[in-house]
Amino acid sequence: MPLIKSVRGVGHRVVDSVWRLGVASRFLALTLMQSGVSFRRFQLIVKEMFASGVMSLIIIGVAGLFVGMVLGLQGFETLKRYGSESALGSLVALSLVRELGPVLAALLFASRAGSAMTAEIGLMKATEQIAAMEMMAVSPVARVIAPRFWAGVFSMPLLAALFSAMGVFGGYVVGVVMIGVDEGSFWSQMQSSVDFRDDIINGVIKSFVFGVAVTVIALFEGFDAPPTAEGVSGATTRTVVESSLAILMLDFILTAFMFRGV
Amino acid sequence: MQRTTLDLWVGAFVVAGIAALVVLALKVGNLSTYNVSETYQLSAYFTNVGGLKPAASVRSAGVLVGRVSSITLDTDRYEAKVTISVDKRYQFPKDTFANILTSGLLGEQYIGLIPGGDEEVLEDGGVFRKTQSAMVLEDLIGKFLFSQADEKQ
Repeated sequence: MPLIKSVRGVGHRVVDSVWRLGVASRFLALTLMQSGVSFRRFQLIVKEMFASGVMSLIIIGVAGLFVGMVLGLQGFETLKRYGSESALGSLVALSLVRELGPVLAALLFASRAGSAMTAEIGLMKATEQIAAMEMMAVSPVARVIAPRFWAGVFSMPLLAALFSAMGVFGGYVVGVVMIGVDEGSFWSQMQSSVDFRDDIINGVIKSFVFGVAVTVIALFEGFDAPPTAEGVSGATTRTVVESSLAILMLDFILTAFMFRGV
Repeated sequence: MQRTTLDLWVGAFVVAGIAALVVLALKVGNLSTYNVSETYQLSAYFTNVGGLKPAASVRSAGVLVGRVSSITLDTDRYEAKVTISVDKRYQFPKDTFANILTSGLLGEQYIGLIPGGDEEVLEDGGVFRKTQSAMVLEDLIGKFLFSQADEKQ
């Protein structure tokens, strides 16, 4: 019976994904419990921050610049109709600091650094390096997973802040330098509408949450990958897909909490 | 501890990230315009605050002198009680007018203070006796229609 078979298939998938979610939560708890070692050997975290944070700088900076420039152009075109071009600064800054900075930086981070993490750990597993560590009584979670986790969590808010700052600069270049919006009103409208606590700190909290989500998904997928070439490639794809979806869903939830309107 | 070039890069990354946050806070955000000077509290009652929000600016002669700290409904008078914190450097006479104004046609609302001629000044916890509520478009249209109908008769 093909119908029963397909229903069974759906049920199997649902149960399997709930199962994996449970294992992933346990994996996160285990990582947090064993991260004391990696803080004592801070060099491990620094090394991973180089791989995930510093190496993502160029893509984050360039993407932020261009997103800001597009916002400057599009915002100007729309605001011009209402004769309020001077509000361009607050439009660019608010949309970057609240939404685009954290979300786009996290999406780029997931595809740039998250996929690399998954592939690295998956390959470590496939070549039995993880098993070898366990044989030497070295906990792979403490030695391999925890430093990468903390490196990702530390890097993400910094990258999001850089993205937003570059975006504001891009908006300034297009709006003020190229189109000729008044510089004074650009900055003063921006400053009067962007609140430090409500907008900037909330953006940092968002990017912190995204950092946790992306790194946990990337590390878990790598750790859980079947030790074959196909398994690692599938895990890398799943990392990008799952963390992108997680970022967008978490963003909605966090936005609903943070900006319910005063 | 051994130093590596890797440390330098990561250090530069952290510095750049924190610098970006500081730029956002000072240049983009309003942290630099937060009043670090001491303030005192004044309050005013309005029959309608319109779209006034907490942290809206309080201006006198166009100069920022304080911010709205809270807006509550006073159930004794059924009027909105707006508490504002005013910079200690500025003193206002007792018969100062507090009006809710709008910056531009569709801009945000703020409180404008028009000082009177009284010798005494408002102390901490003082209340503005003369206030003018926010301009509500529906009321204006209603008044306009009434006056049109009156003229025809």
